[in-house]
Amino acid sequence: MLWLIPALPLAVAVLNLLVGKRLGRWAGVLATLAVAVSFAISVAAVADLLGRPAEERLALQHLFDWISVGGFRVGADLRLDALSATMILVITGIGALIHLYSIGYMAQDPRRGRFFAYLNLFVFFMLMLVLGANYLVLYLGWEGVGLCSFLLIGFWSDKVANAEAAKKAFITTRIGDTLMLIGLATLVFTFGTLDFVPIFGTASSVLTKDAATVIALLLFAGAIGKSAQLPLQVWLPDAMAGPTPVSALIHAATMVTAGVYLVIRSHVLFEVSGVALTVVLVIGVATALFAATCAIAQVDIKRVLAYSTISQLGYMFIAVGMRAYAVAMFFLVAHAFYKALMFLGAGSVIHGMHDEQDMRQMGGLRKVMPITFVTFLVGALAQAGIPPLAGFFAKDALLEVAQHSGRTAVYALGTLAAFLTAFYLGRMLIMTFFGSARSEKAEVAHESSPLLWIPLAILAVGVAFAGVLELSPDGRLASYLEPVTGVMREGTGLSFLALAGIAVAVAIVSLAIAWWVYGSGRIDPNTFRARMEPMATAAQHGWYVDRAYDVVFIQPAKALARLTGDVVDAKVIDGAVNGVAGLVKRAASGGRLIQTGFVRTYALVLFVGAVAVLGYIGVRV
Amino acid sequence: MPLDNVVFWVFAPISIAAAIGMLVMRNVVHAALFLVVNFGCIAVMYLLLDAPFLFAVQIVVYAGAIMVLFLFVIMLLGVDRSDVRTERLFLQRPLAVVLAVAFFVEVAMAIRAGVGFSTLAPEGFEALQPTGNAQAVAEVLFRDYFFPFEVTSILLIVAAIATMVLAQRKVRAITQAELTGTAEAEAAS
Amino acid sequence: MRTPIAYFLLLAGLLFAMGTVGVLVNRNALRIFMSVELQLNAVNLTLVAFARMHNDLTGQVLAFFSMVVAAAEVVVGLAIIVSIYRRRRSVDVDDIREMRW
Repeated sequence: MLWLIPALPLAVAVLNLLVGKRLGRWAGVLATLAVAVSFAISVAAVADLLGRPAEERLALQHLFDWISVGGFRVGADLRLDALSATMILVITGIGALIHLYSIGYMAQDPRRGRFFAYLNLFVFFMLMLVLGANYLVLYLGWEGVGLCSFLLIGFWSDKVANAEAAKKAFITTRIGDTLMLIGLATLVFTFGTLDFVPIFGTASSVLTKDAATVIALLLFAGAIGKSAQLPLQVWLPDAMAGPTPVSALIHAATMVTAGVYLVIRSHVLFEVSGVALTVVLVIGVATALFAATCAIAQVDIKRVLAYSTISQLGYMFIAVGMRAYAVAMFFLVAHAFYKALMFLGAGSVIHGMHDEQDMRQMGGLRKVMPITFVTFLVGALAQAGIPPLAGFFAKDALLEVAQHSGRTAVYALGTLAAFLTAFYLGRMLIMTFFGSARSEKAEVAHESSPLLWIPLAILAVGVAFAGVLELSPDGRLASYLEPVTGVMREGTGLSFLALAGIAVAVAIVSLAIAWWVYGSGRIDPNTFRARMEPMATAAQHGWYVDRAYDVVFIQPAKALARLTGDVVDAKVIDGAVNGVAGLVKRAASGGRLIQTGFVRTYALVLFVGAVAVLGYIGVRV
Repeated sequence: MPLDNVVFWVFAPISIAAAIGMLVMRNVVHAALFLVVNFGCIAVMYLLLDAPFLFAVQIVVYAGAIMVLFLFVIMLLGVDRSDVRTERLFLQRPLAVVLAVAFFVEVAMAIRAGVGFSTLAPEGFEALQPTGNAQAVAEVLFRDYFFPFEVTSILLIVAAIATMVLAQRKVRAITQAELTGTAEAEAAS
Repeated sequence: MRTPIAYFLLLAGLLFAMGTVGVLVNRNALRIFMSVELQLNAVNLTLVAFARMHNDLTGQVLAFFSMVVAAAEVVVGLAIIVSIYRRRRSVDVDDIREMRW
């Protein structure tokens, strides 16, 4: 029955691709139903899994032999274990809610049939990614979600900027994907197979530390691309050009978390290497801080959320780098909930503001869009780490692991990032919902239809109570994931209460400062920002990384292309070809003069030849 | 001095002189007549070489038929006026002369190497033809070369028909493409 | 016969060379044609001379065929010259210059 889970969205995707236009609003309904039913089946499958004792929580399904060449075999195999079970619940559950939301959000768009087709297709590929029992099925899903991301970012393709953003996303992730593919090839070369079970079973005996490092880093490169970590983070802020449900589903809850999933799934390889995990940790810390600084300076509500996502993904990698896989997974789940919630809420805001995304034009929306405001607030506070919402538990667990394992630097920087996170969230909340309306659009804004706020409400409830999953090294989620992730080492340090207290205090202080700057009216936000110049503008432009890439890579590549096109192709190659042709022409031009037309000339030449031949024979004989 | 030699040394120069005359004469008719003289001398040469049949055929066919035809056409077309003297092809005349000389020298060399300037004709040619030259030629012709003989007769027929067609003025229902072009242009002009 | 055969051959060669000069130098088609006939005769003479030298009548027969075919050739050739004259009012071969660059 496992195969039904991805098959349903695929079937409806194909249906919508073919007859979507004629289905009208039923396209969206069918699409939502497909994912919802998938969710139901997933719940059933997971329940069945949980019913078994811990050692037997594994379901494998072999669909067909995919590749069979010589001794190398790859099957289309599905694998349901604790890790993939968590993922499919998140994907189908949040996915279904987002589909429901999209029915309302895209109601006016004439091409929504195609939209839902792509969305369902994305769910299919994402499910394949996490259900794969070998790296090739995973890679199939990996590439597929990249494709769907491209299609969906550039969905409103009549605007060039959207198409450019889609292209940028695809190419940037491609860099990571290619390195990952090399990693896969190395795996085949080393292990002779791509199946998880044999690879993870024999990794420690077959791989040397260096080999494991190489493979792990190659795989991590793919994760860097997909999860928008440093240095490949540039595509995610631009990807906000796509419709908001897309941002919610793909760029918050699911696709970007594929990188985290990949590393957790391959943790055996990373552990054999050791160095690789350190690399993951460092990049996670760097990205978390980098993105948080950028988020503070954004004026587009979606871009704040985009940088926020990058930052939170960094947190997840910090957890992974510390071998706290269960913490990372919990963070992933919690983040999926509250980030999707905030994105959908932002969509609701944009909808109500008649497609205005600049926060400077907003203000005071809490009075006109109460439901959106409340749900958004829940999400933001969750991310900021206010108990008893989900984010608090996740972040607190992470920092606890850092502190207990003696990684004080990580603990300090993580706390700093938390401070910044709370600050930019507060700023976003205040600029959007509090104060007085700063533009006409804000004055006439209205609450969205139920189709839009019902998913918001459901997610908010989820966010509020996700803490139930409870987290500590021997918490429920951790033990549930144990068969996959292995046991986490416990350390000692500050007590739970002390750490929690510090974290909450940091969050509240940060929010208070945000209120002081933006909400209290005692400081002019513009002067505040002006005093931070030129750092503020730099932060807003992502510390000019895009510009750097443009100068270092893109312009030289374009120049090379121009060189090849205009010089090498036009002058050298065409020149050679034309030159040969010209040569032939000139030779022929000269040669044709032989044909004088005078018969007597021909006769003379004939006679010359005859005399010559006779002479030659005469001499020889 | 043997009679053969005398005859040879009389008619050979005449033959050469006639050839030169043919080349240099301005009037085409005169040139043709000089050629007739040359043919006559050649016929005598044949006689010297014990080929009386060919002697007769040469006079009848060449001098009598071919040159007559030539003269007919010359006078019919009225091209007996003199040629323009200036040669407009570069080096044509000098080269022609030089090459002809070179050719003759080569031939002389070949003859000296192959035959030798002093070998005489062997005896026994008469003995080969007990019933006379014409009969002997006829025997060889109709026995050994009968097939070429028949083919040649077909050739003659073809030539005769071709000439009739080529020389016609008005053409009716001619199927050969090259003749159609000529005739239609003729009819138009 | 007391004349060395070589002399006949040399005479033939000389006549052939003169015929060639005639072909190359003349512009009147009829003159050219006559020079060609001179060449043919020279060749015939060579053939007959060799027939005598080798005591073989084949040379004479070949010369005979040569004459027959030459006659046919003259007939056709003159007909062609007549046709050309009718179109162009001239038999100057330098004027027939279409097949050139």
